[in-house]
Amino acid sequence: MIYLYSFLFAGAVCLIGQIILDNTKLTAGHITSIFVCIGAFLDIFNIYDKIVTVVGGGAMVPITSFGHLLIHGALAQAERYGFIGLLTGMFNLTASGITAAIIFTFIFSLFFKPKD
Amino acid sequence: MRLKDYNEIVKKHMPTEHRIRNGIIAFVSGGLVGIIGQGLIDIYSYFLSIPAQDASIFATVTLVFVASLFTALGFFDKWVTICKCGLIIPITGFAHSMTSAGIEYKTEGPIFGLGSNIFKLAGSVILYGVVSAWIFGMIRFIIMGG
Repeated sequence: MIYLYSFLFAGAVCLIGQIILDNTKLTAGHITSIFVCIGAFLDIFNIYDKIVTVVGGGAMVPITSFGHLLIHGALAQAERYGFIGLLTGMFNLTASGITAAIIFTFIFSLFFKPKD
Repeated sequence: MRLKDYNEIVKKHMPTEHRIRNGIIAFVSGGLVGIIGQGLIDIYSYFLSIPAQDASIFATVTLVFVASLFTALGFFDKWVTICKCGLIIPITGFAHSMTSAGIEYKTEGPIFGLGSNIFKLAGSVILYGVVSAWIFGMIRFIIMGG
């Protein structure tokens, strides 16, 4: 059942993005930035947390989960260390994705040539 | 790949009469990426016997790796022009934008080519993600105490 929810949620997020892309002048860069902000916004009231518990992996895959993980790491540290935690904990949970992307990009761009 | 060029390519492959078809393709492909994500989480948490929270990190890294590799091999670009938001909105789009920028600009040298341009497209996601997470985190920390 969680696979059906994953399919529906991830598909719905992508569908909304596609509708915005097709019907406005916003580009893919605008849409991903907006979606990250929405993901962070939904976590003010723990809405995205509830979505993650129901939907599972389908909610972790779209870029909205990036905003969700940013604010989560920041708040977890803020509970311990106060306001400075918002700065120290910001990348705690997303570091794996960003670091992996940087490292893989570096390795692959060493070995592969651009194809027109 | 420059942002302008990228947007021109996206625009060029987007005839207005195919909006419904685009939407369906984006829905199905995005949903399939979601299923793959959940499948990877289940596989990792079963075989490595770790909680789903940790397994989702492994799943994210796997998706990033696959997207980077396929971009480097050259056929992920074609998939993106077909699926559009179905692959741009998931984390695969983040990795794709970084790897395509990295490979494109490495000819201009390791510092001002690769180093300066690696975040050319993904930088906006990080910038606005961090700023919005900081603002909303501040709001929530003040109102609800964390």
